[in-house]
Amino acid sequence: MTPVLDVRGLSVRLPENADRPLAVEDIDLAVAAGEIVCVVGESGSGKSVTAFTVMGLHDRRALTPVKGEILLESENILADSDTRIRKLRGEKMSMIFQEPMTALNPVARVGEQIGEMLEIHTDLSASERKARVIRAMTDVHLPDPEKMYRAFPHQLSGGQRQRIMIAMALVLEPVLLIADEPTTALDVTTQAQILKLIKELQDRRGMGVLFITHDFGVVADIADRVVIMQHGKIVEQGPVADILGNPQHAYTRMLIGAVPSMTPPARQPAAGETALVTTRLNKQYGHAGLLGGGRVVHAAQDVTLTVKRGETLGIVGESGSGKSTVARCIMRLIDPTSGEVLIAGEDIAAMREGELRRHRRDIQIVFQDPYRSLNPRRTVGQSIMEGPMNFGVAEAEARGRAEDLMRIVGLAPEALERFPHQFSGGQRQRICIARALAMEPRVLIADEAVSALDVSVQAQVLKLLDDVRTRFELAMLFITHDLRVAAQVCDRIMVMRHGVVVEEGPTAKVYADPQHDYTRALLAAAPGHHMLAG
Amino acid sequence: MTDQSTPETVAPTLLPEGARDPSVWHLALRNKSVLWGSILLVAIILAAVIGPFVTLDPVSLNPMNRLKPPGEAGFFGTDQLGRDVFSRVVNGARVSLIVGLAVASIAVAIGLFLGLIAGYIRIMDAFIMRIMDGLMSIPAILLAIAMISLSGATLTTVVAAIVIPEIPRVVRLVRSVVLTVREEPYVEAAISAGTPTPLIMSRHVLPNTIAPLIVQATYICGSAMLTEAILGFLGAGIPPEIPSWGNIMSEGRTFFQLTPWIIFFPGICLAVTVLAVNIVGDGLRDTLDPRIARNMR
Repeated sequence: MTPVLDVRGLSVRLPENADRPLAVEDIDLAVAAGEIVCVVGESGSGKSVTAFTVMGLHDRRALTPVKGEILLESENILADSDTRIRKLRGEKMSMIFQEPMTALNPVARVGEQIGEMLEIHTDLSASERKARVIRAMTDVHLPDPEKMYRAFPHQLSGGQRQRIMIAMALVLEPVLLIADEPTTALDVTTQAQILKLIKELQDRRGMGVLFITHDFGVVADIADRVVIMQHGKIVEQGPVADILGNPQHAYTRMLIGAVPSMTPPARQPAAGETALVTTRLNKQYGHAGLLGGGRVVHAAQDVTLTVKRGETLGIVGESGSGKSTVARCIMRLIDPTSGEVLIAGEDIAAMREGELRRHRRDIQIVFQDPYRSLNPRRTVGQSIMEGPMNFGVAEAEARGRAEDLMRIVGLAPEALERFPHQFSGGQRQRICIARALAMEPRVLIADEAVSALDVSVQAQVLKLLDDVRTRFELAMLFITHDLRVAAQVCDRIMVMRHGVVVEEGPTAKVYADPQHDYTRALLAAAPGHHMLAG
Repeated sequence: MTDQSTPETVAPTLLPEGARDPSVWHLALRNKSVLWGSILLVAIILAAVIGPFVTLDPVSLNPMNRLKPPGEAGFFGTDQLGRDVFSRVVNGARVSLIVGLAVASIAVAIGLFLGLIAGYIRIMDAFIMRIMDGLMSIPAILLAIAMISLSGATLTTVVAAIVIPEIPRVVRLVRSVVLTVREEPYVEAAISAGTPTPLIMSRHVLPNTIAPLIVQATYICGSAMLTEAILGFLGAGIPPEIPSWGNIMSEGRTFFQLTPWIIFFPGICLAVTVLAVNIVGDGLRDTLDPRIARNMR
């Protein structure tokens, strides 16, 4: 049987000034009907370029396919006219994207957006179209499709929006679905549902799915076959059991090895002095009206925690759980509504800015997005030295300290003169750690500090964080949505949902014997937990 | 924290040094509209600066030589009092350029200051913005006429009258940039590092406002020149003894059908100057907008 999609010897050229000549080089891959093929790679591996080129959606000014063919049901679409490709998109192949909020038109009703596909590609009447849309929405298990037909994207949750995207992609029953990181922006429990849905629909319709991902957990959950890409080349491909169980290529082994295990390693309980305490910390948004009207959102409710020096406390939860609110309250980047934040015994929760400045150096934070955490107009050195110099350290001394810290985070001290855009994401995160350490803090907060990084880089940065924690005896507050990462670095875990701490305990105990239903649901939803549990 | 063994050394491979941004001006001049607009503008400025020293006296009367067409007396002919239109137009360029430049820089300076405060200090926000809303509701021409009739027609009054209604636009622009930038993690990192607020503003927030402000300034400059000409034409601008494009046209309008050149030449000059300024503004907007600029690099 001919495969649905057959990519043969495809090379795509990058513009002249890019870091390499070809975005993808001589790749061969095939997707059969009824098969899910996962393309796995780190950023810059060419996996998305491959998907976009197949769809004919690549940036025509920057990317030129120079060699090979893309056969969609034996038709070479690289030779097709734009009109023909436009017809194939939707009817034969369709795509879902990472961010459903931006992929949907915010000012059109979702039902109409799905109906538009039918309007363009079929000559059904308006009522027939609506019936088809409702059926498609029922197929993706959206509750009350009749009512939801009239909803706008912002009225739906992230998971519902992704279901709308899937309904839209599948309403014309294409033979090939391309999914570009469709669950990366979703919470772990939602991700599990969407993955289940994709698998179910693919089973029922027998279509081929090309699934782009960076997450081996997802691969383990849904893939039939796996294609591993690095620097635009395919380094290895094969059935999922072979790739995960017996990887041949060194790069594949490195990637799989870098996936943190769900089993927490044995840890010594920390014995340091108490560095950070919060008692009944609350953050509310909005005000109750005079007569009980108005809307109050409890972003964090009665959060009480203690972190000792040398200890890592993990706060895990999904988006909206309040985990970042807690961090920002402790940092006093936002003002807590009530409760105490004790740093070395002193309550800073309600301290005025002038007095607070003295205590700022005790708590430092590393943010999620390495591309926005450093001022692009200032050199790395200026960024690192800014804090100490605020506290009266002489410039020469601050520079010396910055040089030492650069070595500690594994970068050359000469790089202090460079600007942030010359560094990769992982390197920038190292710089951010150095900047935080320059203040000689007692408490270091890592707010999703490794979430934006590729898995191999993530492993290195995690190791660095762990090293500096022991070396400087830092109390670390580690905020993450990723249970695998949390398992590896945290001494204790706090699980938060809707602003409330639902469970707290030593990491090993929480993972082995979760008490709260929500913790159990979170652990069960972690992708690939059955295959990569080791 | 010195010489201990480093926990792990990653080869400090950096991205190529060449990635350093070429300077904004270098980049801007690569843009065709910025280049041609600037050439035009420099020519006009040179004419305005040098012109008055080499042309005839723009206010000397010559009753023997009234309403002469171009070529017969001077390049641009003469007006109803026999004054040389060419030297009047060249001198008038000074007024237009001074007004444009002064209004743009004063409006930007005041607007930047207020915008930074409104955007960064929350309690000042509502206060400043409501005043700006009030200012925006005043019609510019009407305010100018009122101010000039109250305090007399001087260059200062004209500039002040045009500046006031332009300020709210700048404040809004700056405030919106500040509101976005203050959420950036690097600003929060600076707060966490104990950087005092004025330093945060000047180091981390202010530089982000420069590019949109330069663009806005060119538009303000263009529209200020137009407003000044309108005021002059209405007789509410610079006093008639100083030639400006507006009052030259105003004086020439009675003879328009007979001697169109008196209106035609200052009109053309005004149009070309405003056009040059706006072309530069458009070009700068394209260059300084990071999304478009990336494609140009």
